[in-house]
Amino acid sequence: MQLSERHREYWRRNLRVTLVLLVIWFTVTFVPVFFARELNEWSFLGWPLAFYMGAQGSLIVYVLIIGYYARVMNRFDREYGVNEDV
Amino acid sequence: MPQRQSAFYRQLKKMYAWYAGGFALFVVLLSLAEGMGMSSRWIGYVFMFATIALYAGIGVMSRTADVSEYYVAGRRVPAMFNGMATGADWMSAASFIGLAGTLYFGGYQGLAFVMGWTGGYCLVALLLAPYLRKFGEFTIPDFLGARYGGNAARMIGVFATILASFTYVVAQIYGVGLITSRFVGLEFEVGVFVGLAGILVCSFLGGMRAVTWTQVAQYIILIVAYLLPVVILSTKVTGVPVPQAVYGGVLQKLTTTEQTLFSSPREVEVNAMYKARAEAFDEKIKGLPASLEAERAALTVRLDELKQENASAKDISSAEKALKYMPRDEAEARKRWTEARAAAAAKSAPPLPHTAAHAGRDEAESSRKRLNFIALVICLMIGTASLPHILMRYYTTPSVKEARESVFWSLFFIFLLYVTAPAYAVFAKFEIYTNLVGSTISTLPGWVASWGKVGLVKIEDINGDGILQLAELTLNTDVIVLATPEIAGLPYVISGLVAAGGLAAALSTADGLLLTIANAMSHDVYYKVIDPNASTQRRLVISKALLLVVALVAAYTASLKPDNILFMVGLAFSIASSAFFPALVCGVFWKRANKAGAVSGMVAGLAMCLYYASLTHPFFGGSIANAWLGIEPISCGFFGIPFGFAVLVIVSLLTPAPDTATQELIEHLRYPRLPHDRIDPLPARNPGP
Repeated sequence: MQLSERHREYWRRNLRVTLVLLVIWFTVTFVPVFFARELNEWSFLGWPLAFYMGAQGSLIVYVLIIGYYARVMNRFDREYGVNEDV
Repeated sequence: MPQRQSAFYRQLKKMYAWYAGGFALFVVLLSLAEGMGMSSRWIGYVFMFATIALYAGIGVMSRTADVSEYYVAGRRVPAMFNGMATGADWMSAASFIGLAGTLYFGGYQGLAFVMGWTGGYCLVALLLAPYLRKFGEFTIPDFLGARYGGNAARMIGVFATILASFTYVVAQIYGVGLITSRFVGLEFEVGVFVGLAGILVCSFLGGMRAVTWTQVAQYIILIVAYLLPVVILSTKVTGVPVPQAVYGGVLQKLTTTEQTLFSSPREVEVNAMYKARAEAFDEKIKGLPASLEAERAALTVRLDELKQENASAKDISSAEKALKYMPRDEAEARKRWTEARAAAAAKSAPPLPHTAAHAGRDEAESSRKRLNFIALVICLMIGTASLPHILMRYYTTPSVKEARESVFWSLFFIFLLYVTAPAYAVFAKFEIYTNLVGSTISTLPGWVASWGKVGLVKIEDINGDGILQLAELTLNTDVIVLATPEIAGLPYVISGLVAAGGLAAALSTADGLLLTIANAMSHDVYYKVIDPNASTQRRLVISKALLLVVALVAAYTASLKPDNILFMVGLAFSIASSAFFPALVCGVFWKRANKAGAVSGMVAGLAMCLYYASLTHPFFGGSIANAWLGIEPISCGFFGIPFGFAVLVIVSLLTPAPDTATQELIEHLRYPRLPHDRIDPLPARNPGP
């Protein structure tokens, strides 16, 4: 079928959100691991920083990434009329 | 339709609230019974049989003969409940029992598992789950078959599904055998088959529908069982019942304790004695085969001397034993002495501080450790986003919207366990370093002896001072979670609860995996390839028969107690990621990806991954000396994934673009609803778990 311009815009915005969230995912995962020795010199609420990120900080960001994606995409669905509950 | 779904949701919440309350009451009643003198053996029995009977009951109530119910639970599992089911499906015996122990010994380095096994869900949420739900068939090979036309991609998908899932399911059934034999005192082999019965009643009668509702029940048990002991321990040590929030302070104290402990004179003395022992074994290995004969001769002379001197019967019998258990030939001597040398060498220096990151003797070793950490995280994350038994769960939600929310709930429920595991390790380590190490060996607490009996705790007073030094204590990784209730001085009912939690973790994962394997064979091989005209009834009969066969083969394999089981589980992630991830992601995001590209990419990724593992792991006759960039064999996907992607892209570009029907399928996947979409009617029958 022929997709409308609105449909294409929905997909472009989806790609943009996905890309931004993947960049955040990549950063909170690999930057603290790569610079772990340097970051462990800093302390966060008693934890050495790199240890904290690996044990808790990055995990919290992962949960937030997925929650944000679900919210924003459900909003896009309605905005562009591709939502299922009609 | 939405009204019915929300009424169903309310009903589910009510039922599981009652269930959780009932379970709490059950635990309270058992602890009262323990106070009145119920033996620990009976507590173990009651926990095991009550929970298995409960899962079987849910299985019987959810029996079904409907194809959509059997394969995808009728696609009406609400996001939150699918999240709990995915959590139980995901967290295996290894996560529940092994992870805290891995973190205890690995410190920072063990966090690769914590990050890898959670961060992968970002990839599931952003790249796969909503699109697979929109596709809305039954299995992952279904998707490959539809997107890349024809049976080639589907059959490679089936092969990789079976390869990755089978080793994994063997490990789960093995875990069931371990838990039942340790806590209930059944024979290992008997325990395996009791657990198997619990798994089968569930998946056999009701397929995905029964597995889903049992997994929700299992999640509730496993998370309570995981959190409760460490919450109590945290309250005891810090006065705050939220271990995840306060263990930073305990970690600081642990770091100070480590510094004084590692440099204490007796610890240094013990380390030196182990070092000497390692060197002695090294000499003996170098002197083979002459050294074996020399040792045998020396032991014989010593035995004769003892007999002539009229030494005590105890000394004589121990000398006889030493002679009897001498290695029989050179190969055996080499193997045993190498193991003994490694065990002694590990104790010849203090362990690394808990928070030390990528610590090595020199800069090269540090960077190699860092690279291996990164490679492992990548393989585990992409493997998470490729394991068919997890991805399959997102077919079961009512809509694309709920599939997205469901990944959020999945990770939230998984997060609760993974964020607690590092706290578990720190609290246990702090207790052991401050209260156990340095005490007199004759007055050690009871758990040391009881877990020593099953070989999980070993103590050797190498310097003969009657006091326990850290290096004199050997702990198995599993003992950290299993013994924490006793370390914290809690009643046995909590230990029984932990065992029930471990059992729930192993059974729930085994359920999901068995169903995945059986469905791949019955749906993808039999129905889609061999006999596309098969009746509904025939398809279900075939599926159930295969389930039984796969379960028996897996239980038989587990009862042989294979070595290297942990390595094989790790390998499952690399296999799944190399075979599936490029084809799945390009299937949605790159319209140009075609059949030739996908098929060759999957084969190439899988082949590269297996080739690297066979090159570097002794299990396949390889050696780590052959490693590229020093990457460990468990992370073989580090090479398999990019190679698979590269081959997929190059071959796709060299061959014609996919036809219009495929292009339209991709567009269909990308939008939750398009004007021309067919609407799937929900089955009208009353659902209910």
